[in-house]
Amino acid sequence: MKKTYILEDLDCAHCAAKIEEAVGKLEGVSKSTVTLLTQKLVIEVEDERAKSIYKDIEKIVKKFEPDVEVVEK
Amino acid sequence: MSKKLKKRIKRVAIGAAVYIVAVLFQTLFGELPWFCHLPLFLAAYVIIGGDVVKNALRNIGRGQVFDENFLMMIATVGAFFVGDYPEAVAVMLFYQVGECFQSYAVGKSRKSITALMDIRPDYANVLRDGDWTEVEPDEVLVGECIMVRPGERIPLDGVIEKGSSSLDTMALTGESAPRDVAEGDEVISGCVNKNGVLEVKVSKPYGESTVARILDLVENASSKKAKAENFITKFAKYYTPVVVICAALLAVLPPVVLGGGWSDWIYRALSFLVISCPCALVISIPLSFFGGLGGASKEGILIKGSNYLETLADTEVVVMDKTGTLTKGNFAVSKVVLSENVGNTGIVAVKPEDISVAAKSDDETMGREERMQAVLLQLAAYAESYSNHPISKSLLAAYGREVDVSLIQDAQEIPGHGVAVKVGNREILAGNEKLLASRDISFEQADEAGTLIYIGEDNRYLGYILIEDEIKKDAEKAIRDLKASGVKKIVMLTGDHEKVAAKVAENLSLTDYYAELLPGDKVSKVEELFTEKPEKGKLAFVGDGINDAPVLARADIGIAMGGLGSDAAIEAADVVIMTDEPSKIARAMKISRKTLAIVKQNIVFAIGIKVLVLLLAAAGMASMWAAVFADVGVAVIAILNAMRALRA
Repeated sequence: MKKTYILEDLDCAHCAAKIEEAVGKLEGVSKSTVTLLTQKLVIEVEDERAKSIYKDIEKIVKKFEPDVEVVEK
Repeated sequence: MSKKLKKRIKRVAIGAAVYIVAVLFQTLFGELPWFCHLPLFLAAYVIIGGDVVKNALRNIGRGQVFDENFLMMIATVGAFFVGDYPEAVAVMLFYQVGECFQSYAVGKSRKSITALMDIRPDYANVLRDGDWTEVEPDEVLVGECIMVRPGERIPLDGVIEKGSSSLDTMALTGESAPRDVAEGDEVISGCVNKNGVLEVKVSKPYGESTVARILDLVENASSKKAKAENFITKFAKYYTPVVVICAALLAVLPPVVLGGGWSDWIYRALSFLVISCPCALVISIPLSFFGGLGGASKEGILIKGSNYLETLADTEVVVMDKTGTLTKGNFAVSKVVLSENVGNTGIVAVKPEDISVAAKSDDETMGREERMQAVLLQLAAYAESYSNHPISKSLLAAYGREVDVSLIQDAQEIPGHGVAVKVGNREILAGNEKLLASRDISFEQADEAGTLIYIGEDNRYLGYILIEDEIKKDAEKAIRDLKASGVKKIVMLTGDHEKVAAKVAENLSLTDYYAELLPGDKVSKVEELFTEKPEKGKLAFVGDGINDAPVLARADIGIAMGGLGSDAAIEAADVVIMTDEPSKIARAMKISRKTLAIVKQNIVFAIGIKVLVLLLAAAGMASMWAAVFADVGVAVIAILNAMRALRA
């Protein structure tokens, strides 16, 4: 299923690319796109992983950009 | 501007002030030893770049080494060690100013683009248990009744049950003229109700309503990335490590090999580090594309991804459907022709006063022929007034005045032929050639493309009226603009008759046309055109989305016209033009070209300056000042350039 997250205060293009790559490598994620300009992370994730994935995403985002908040949409 | 950014600017400004004091102090008391100057510069450095150093250290702790914070820290701390205090602080200062500016610019363009697509309705007023309740749009069920007051946005697609108003479709179509609607009309979510209160019966759930589909499309547009964007991502991945490795080699190798001069080579290496961030590219390229997509949607052109901007810009062959794309798909009177004998004897009007009213309103006297034509149209309108056929409707529309039915004594519809009515003491006939032939009225057969209505009176022939599918007002301009923008071939495909197609193609001076095609034939014709076109040029297909889905999908780029209301079009096409104007195709191409030009300028400019300064720095001919310009200055210029894409 498709899930969208808003990465509040994301304003570093480098970090956006790194987050995109790292999230894409998470288990159960088949596609990950971060758009800096809309501050959005869109992922394609297996249904049974959908619930638990948020924590992993938050961990990754905090690693690259500690000031960014991840909000599920 | 965000609070975070304001705080940052304030801090940088204070730091800059301290820095100026430090520089003044140094120029006035230059003979004092270094430890007298250092504290002031250090203070300025900490105020300006404290957070950069903090982030750098924190990220190292997390295993993130080569980020820009780290590189800036190494470069500036290195400069301190080499003894260039003013430069160390200046580099950090410019870096911070550049960062603030970037945040500001990105935030600003983000805002202006989201404002363009601000069509999301916040609530819906739904009738439940006899009361109007405010709920989220997605809670409303199909078949429920919603109320839209003046000034409110229509939350869901539906049909008007009560009330009339005019709708502002600006945000959806870029069209500024309001659209009038009344009971029974379909309304589209996203439009703003301007004056009357409307009660609307919901016909689609929110998720399938126009507004939700468009928002979904626009929001996902950025996930389909252009080649240029992917290039930059790859470039950025290798650029920084390569430059950093070069810097390390530059600092160590020459002094070891050539001997001595450590501080000079370290200084050169530090300049390398300052230039090592590809920010200018990484931010400005996506920003340009985003601006291009935003600028296009402002004009009612939705492009589903920045990769399509590239395809649009390279389009050399445009294949167009006729009906609904170049023509309106309705019927209208285009010609009224009198027979020869009318020239001598004239025709008697059914209601002369209606004819003279028309003359007066034009504020000039009608010529005799013109008057006769008006009379012929009046006769036709009276003859057809009882018929429901679309052709009758277009005749009545062309006549434009009320038909006085009390004057008609008898009306008779003759299937396959036409109609005959009795008005006063005469019989008026309107229909095809079979009708006149069956009454033994002699007439000359006209050679015209379109539908012909022959008019007879008792036993003489009066003339004919030509009814055609109208060519859209801006179709000619559309073709002209396409040709001007470098499209080599414009081909029309249609299922319509050869004669009609030939006429439209000639009027619009199209390159070529193929008529009397079945829907399946269109795909094979497009295949044929593919083999004929040059390798590099792209082929675009433009259709109204009805029966076009396979061709829209087959073409390099599928453009759907009149996206409002046609779900199939929004699904199948790569570009959706929200209005019915074919001239928007050339507009979309122009926006694409401009965006791509900006992208190219930025790539060449940013990489060019960086490589140049890297070379100069390696040769010892560029100071750290030049390096800062190559980093921050270039980024700022590239971003300013990127923002032009938005104002397409």
